[in-house]
Amino acid sequence: MVVGNRRRQLAVAVAASAALGLAACSGGGGGDGDSVEITFLTQTGGTGPEWAEALIEAFNEEHPEITVTLNTQPGGTEGDNLVKTKLATGEMEDVFTYNSGSLFQAINPDQNLVPLTDEEWADTLIESMVAVVSTDNGIYGAPTGASQAGGILYNIPIYEELGLEVPTSWDDFMANNQAIADAGHTPVIQTYGDTWTSQLFVLGDFANVAAQDPDWAEEYTSNNRRYVDQPALQGFLNQQEVYEAGFFNENFASALFDDGVRMVATGEGAHYPILTGATSTIAQNFPDNLGDVGFFPLPAQDAADTRATIWLPNAAYIPSTTEGEELEAAKLFVAFINSPEGCRLQTEFNVPAGPFATSLCELPSDVPRATQDLQTWVDDELAGPALEFLSPIKGPNLENITVQVGSGISTAEEGAALYDDDVVKQAQQLGLEGW
Amino acid sequence: MAQAVTAPGAVAKRRSVKSIYPTWFYLPAGLLYVVLFALPTFASFYFAFTRWSLQDVEFTGWENFVTFFSEPQLRTGFINTFVYGFVTSGAKVVLGLALAVLLTSQLIGRGYLRSVVFFPVLVSAIGVGITFKVLMDPFDGLINESLSALGITGPAWLTDPQWALMSVALIDVWKGVGIATLIYIAGLAAIPQEYYEAAKVDGAGGWKAFRSITLPLVRPATATVILLSLIGGLRSFDLIWATTRGGPGFTSDVIASVIYKQYQAGFYGLSTAGNVVLFLVVTAIVVPISTLLNRREVER
Repeated sequence: MVVGNRRRQLAVAVAASAALGLAACSGGGGGDGDSVEITFLTQTGGTGPEWAEALIEAFNEEHPEITVTLNTQPGGTEGDNLVKTKLATGEMEDVFTYNSGSLFQAINPDQNLVPLTDEEWADTLIESMVAVVSTDNGIYGAPTGASQAGGILYNIPIYEELGLEVPTSWDDFMANNQAIADAGHTPVIQTYGDTWTSQLFVLGDFANVAAQDPDWAEEYTSNNRRYVDQPALQGFLNQQEVYEAGFFNENFASALFDDGVRMVATGEGAHYPILTGATSTIAQNFPDNLGDVGFFPLPAQDAADTRATIWLPNAAYIPSTTEGEELEAAKLFVAFINSPEGCRLQTEFNVPAGPFATSLCELPSDVPRATQDLQTWVDDELAGPALEFLSPIKGPNLENITVQVGSGISTAEEGAALYDDDVVKQAQQLGLEGW
Repeated sequence: MAQAVTAPGAVAKRRSVKSIYPTWFYLPAGLLYVVLFALPTFASFYFAFTRWSLQDVEFTGWENFVTFFSEPQLRTGFINTFVYGFVTSGAKVVLGLALAVLLTSQLIGRGYLRSVVFFPVLVSAIGVGITFKVLMDPFDGLINESLSALGITGPAWLTDPQWALMSVALIDVWKGVGIATLIYIAGLAAIPQEYYEAAKVDGAGGWKAFRSITLPLVRPATATVILLSLIGGLRSFDLIWATTRGGPGFTSDVIASVIYKQYQAGFYGLSTAGNVVLFLVVTAIVVPISTLLNRREVER
């Protein structure tokens, strides 16, 4: 996910490529027996590259004989494409970070990745994490951060000023929006300049769908459920309703994720449907406002169905092209990510936005308000994974479709029907039964 | 491999007709041609009929083409491609000719002014796109701030579904008009001054001279400008991707951006099929126009 400070990313990328250039110059002779050189690929955006550099530095203190070179690439659909191409051509770095869940399934793990089931850390993963980084043949990835939720970040000072209660049903939410609009604030922030942010009404509603129909994900994978039907259609309908009520910020069509974060942190807007990982960006850009932002799940129509939708962390993988002493070094490096020092670095560079997916790391005591809010939903067992962690099917065009629905270009029903068509291609490409 | 063997043979046959070079002279270029152009072209025709993950290939017959044509964005994409191609091409013809007439007149600093028109052509489309994205921002953009200083409320340009495609076309014209102007300047310079002098003696005014002398005599230049800008417009991608990525929603999608999105999503066979379709469509449009324009030229 694209989170963060562009200028710093650029500086890091420049530094990384400069380092790369140097390594390429000096590495000509290479391999003098004792030292091993491996490469590590991570995504630009947010604090990823800074975390990776600190991780490598800490790793080198423990293993001076292993040299790790950092490479970075963009995330999002552009990154998906690069990862697939690199794996297919055997050019992948020795260790790389990538999404878990449906995107992990799409890179053909059994063929392209080294199973890590026998590693010591493998049996510390929580059950839902195991499911999203493994196939029938074993576990392939180690989590590289805490989990997060997709829901609504809200501005606490506005809630206090207007004396509002955190809503648990959709009607309560819309009533709050009306009150906020009447008071002259922007009720709901949307940032379609970064199209991925438009998907939250649909994707963040999934735990509510699963609460009403526990088999939904499984049936969806075998082509027995549709987004044009309830309960899944509701996410699209909700987005249309909020748009038509005129609750969005004036510049919703061009605003960027960073704008949205600023607005919810500083009270320019009240609600921002987004991933709680955005708290890292708040911590970086508006540290004084971190306590002003709370979290609640996207409300279901019936308060009894409201659940927090959880995104499991990305993971680090080793491609099957890594062999011999590089493979041993790569395994050490992957294990180091969730070592005590590795856990410390994870929380230092990314404010934890939810619980960790391995028992090796623990949340610090001073997590931000939004994470505490989320934790209460998790503790009450009112939380469930997002669809992309339960089914390998995710259509590539959802973000454009939700922009259409959220800008009044098409209706919720049209959008849902378009998305149902969109996923057919993905299911066929994966060779799933029944499509 | 088969092509690699037959290619030199074919070359040898042609040589026997009449060639001033020995066969080995053609070999390096022929080899490059086969490896870099012929093989990928034939391979793409094959992969267009498969479901392809770069590692596994499954032959699926016409399925990709059926899927491609049932893509909901494709209808918008097709219409937008034509609108975009013809609008940019037409605007470049009109503006290019007008600018060329201006820049062949007696101006101070003519050479400098000519190069100014050409500068945008030299800048990368991505750079231009990102710059205009900032300039065209509906709220803080320079364009709308200037307009509001004049009391006009500018449209949301790139983020308004009604305006997005035309806004990109506008940027494309600004960026590409330099080439059209350059071609027209060359065309105008080739018209002998005697015609104008004779027309003046006969009492023709400026407009009459332009219509009866300039326009017919720059026809070859017009043909070149139309062809180049139409081909460019029909397969245009970089500028659209840098500014709107086909959005908002799918409202400024063109065929090339639909294909790119399919490629990004990992539907390699499907996007290859799309490229085959794009190739056929561009050929189907450009070949008749090209023959038409060139034939008239000969008739005259």
